[in-house]
Amino acid sequence: MFSYLVRRILTLIPLFFGITLISFAVIHLAPGSPIDVLADLNPKMTAEAKQRLISYYGLDKPLHERYYQWLRRFASLDFGVSFSPDRRPVMDKIRETLPITIVINALSLLLIMLVAIPIGAYSASHPYSAFDKSLTLFVYIGFAIPTFWLALLALILFSVQLEWLPISGFRSLDYARLSLAGKIWDMVSHLILPVLLSAFGGLAGLSRYMRGSMLEVMRQDYITAARSKGLSEREVIYKHALRNALLPVVTILGLSVPGLIGGSVIFEQIFAIPGMGRLFYTGVMSRDYPLVMGILTIGAFLTLLGNLFADISYALVDPRIRKGGKG
Amino acid sequence: MIQGAVWKSVRQNPLTLFGGFVVLMLFVVALGAPYFPVHDPFSIDADAVLEAPGLGHPFGTDELGRDVFSRVIYGARISLWVGFVSVGIAIVIGIFLGAVAGYYGGWMDGLIMRFVDVMLCFPTFFLILAVIAFLEPNIATIMAIIGLTGWMGVCRLVRAEFLSLKERDFVQSARALGVGNLRIIVHHILPNSLTPVMVAAILGIAGAILTESALSFLGIGVQPPTPSWGNILTSGKDNLQIAWWLSLFPGLAILVTVLSYNLLGEGLRDALDPRLRGSR
Repeated sequence: MFSYLVRRILTLIPLFFGITLISFAVIHLAPGSPIDVLADLNPKMTAEAKQRLISYYGLDKPLHERYYQWLRRFASLDFGVSFSPDRRPVMDKIRETLPITIVINALSLLLIMLVAIPIGAYSASHPYSAFDKSLTLFVYIGFAIPTFWLALLALILFSVQLEWLPISGFRSLDYARLSLAGKIWDMVSHLILPVLLSAFGGLAGLSRYMRGSMLEVMRQDYITAARSKGLSEREVIYKHALRNALLPVVTILGLSVPGLIGGSVIFEQIFAIPGMGRLFYTGVMSRDYPLVMGILTIGAFLTLLGNLFADISYALVDPRIRKGGKG
Repeated sequence: MIQGAVWKSVRQNPLTLFGGFVVLMLFVVALGAPYFPVHDPFSIDADAVLEAPGLGHPFGTDELGRDVFSRVIYGARISLWVGFVSVGIAIVIGIFLGAVAGYYGGWMDGLIMRFVDVMLCFPTFFLILAVIAFLEPNIATIMAIIGLTGWMGVCRLVRAEFLSLKERDFVQSARALGVGNLRIIVHHILPNSLTPVMVAAILGIAGAILTESALSFLGIGVQPPTPSWGNILTSGKDNLQIAWWLSLFPGLAILVTVLSYNLLGEGLRDALDPRLRGSR
């Protein structure tokens, strides 16, 4: 198992370089420079001052040199200083916002699992029942619905019409003055819509996957064996089938990371949540190279971590993989 | 490509027929928009700002008094363009790289497939956002970037088809007759591997439309005053407390459109290859 793990991690390293290299090239080859943005904001800026800024940020050096420099600083987890007026280190900004994004995504992943696994399993053990058919319908709609639209509708219903929930933000303005129960409710009421809605996106996919996995397991010989042993259908399904069907489903969670962090840009924008997605959006809009590059790298890192998680769980599930020569 | 048995299977599936019908209607609406008796989607009316749906304006008006119904209709043109062009780009790249990888194998296959791996584990939406903001956000950029980040599935499909088809008798005999590699690829293998590509293309259109609407919603897609479903939703968000109609109708249009392409694509896939039924 250990050598398998080492092999997997080794293959992730070139992948990581590939991702950062492509990100770097794409961002820096795009026409227009951040200095132009600064100059647009300040029309009095002289050509000389512009030149000074360009060499300050190293924008006049060739691309491979800049990538090399970036890598060297990355080795000490230094993503440079943001171009934005506050001139703060990118790493500090990421450190402040990343936990918020991770908490929301972790909560919605948890919710996805808690809901998708039972409904997928139930509908596979009752194929073509009314429940199964409504799941199919739900899956079709879930795949087609733009979740940001659903978020708008939810805001109109719960925040504008019914006035049950706050419209946006992460905390109320008077948060510090609230009682403990008030604080908890304040957090819950701000987080409930973002978590529910970002879970909705993954729900359709995972419940369909769970259903497929369960149907596959139900066809296996050991299920027939369990039945012929005289076990009740309940025991067959919940003890033998469900456990085996769960394993591939858990591994697929690791692969849903890129989708989740991509989606957080939209959700944090709609609900005005000060997370990494929103930070990325502001960085992109102001052409803040170091910030964008830093967040892209963190995103790539999280994605690879997700992949690794998927690999490890595959190996734990299936001894053939960790013993085989090729991973 | 569509033979009798396939047509029969399609005809028996009401969901596929529904999807196909809606897609057809979308074409009619998109192409015929300028000839319909609807309001001009660009004409600003200061006397009719944010009017609720009514007789004159079935979907209401936006913050500049423009008719939302006609803006939704013209938005269908954008979604059609983005869907077809970006998927077209993705298919060309995917077929080219997939064919090379599958036909020649060896180190080229290795290189291309590692590249596919890198692209697949990219947080694609992040990359799209970064690229589009650094470029000029307009419809051409969007189509290019959605295409450039969406070819990996097609590439894998085509490679797999090529791997199995190149060993088949008709390819071997063509080679024995001295037919060149390029001619074998283009005339013998490719036509036989297009079926799964067609299905992937239809499903890809649905994905491209969703991505475009999300980008336009964030303000880095199709730019106003050109109407797109996504950017109408942006004004829906800005007027959330007053005008629900700005949020409701464009989103419904996206939902119905994407649903229809998905139903059509999956129905065709099941009809063309019953073994794949239910998988995705």
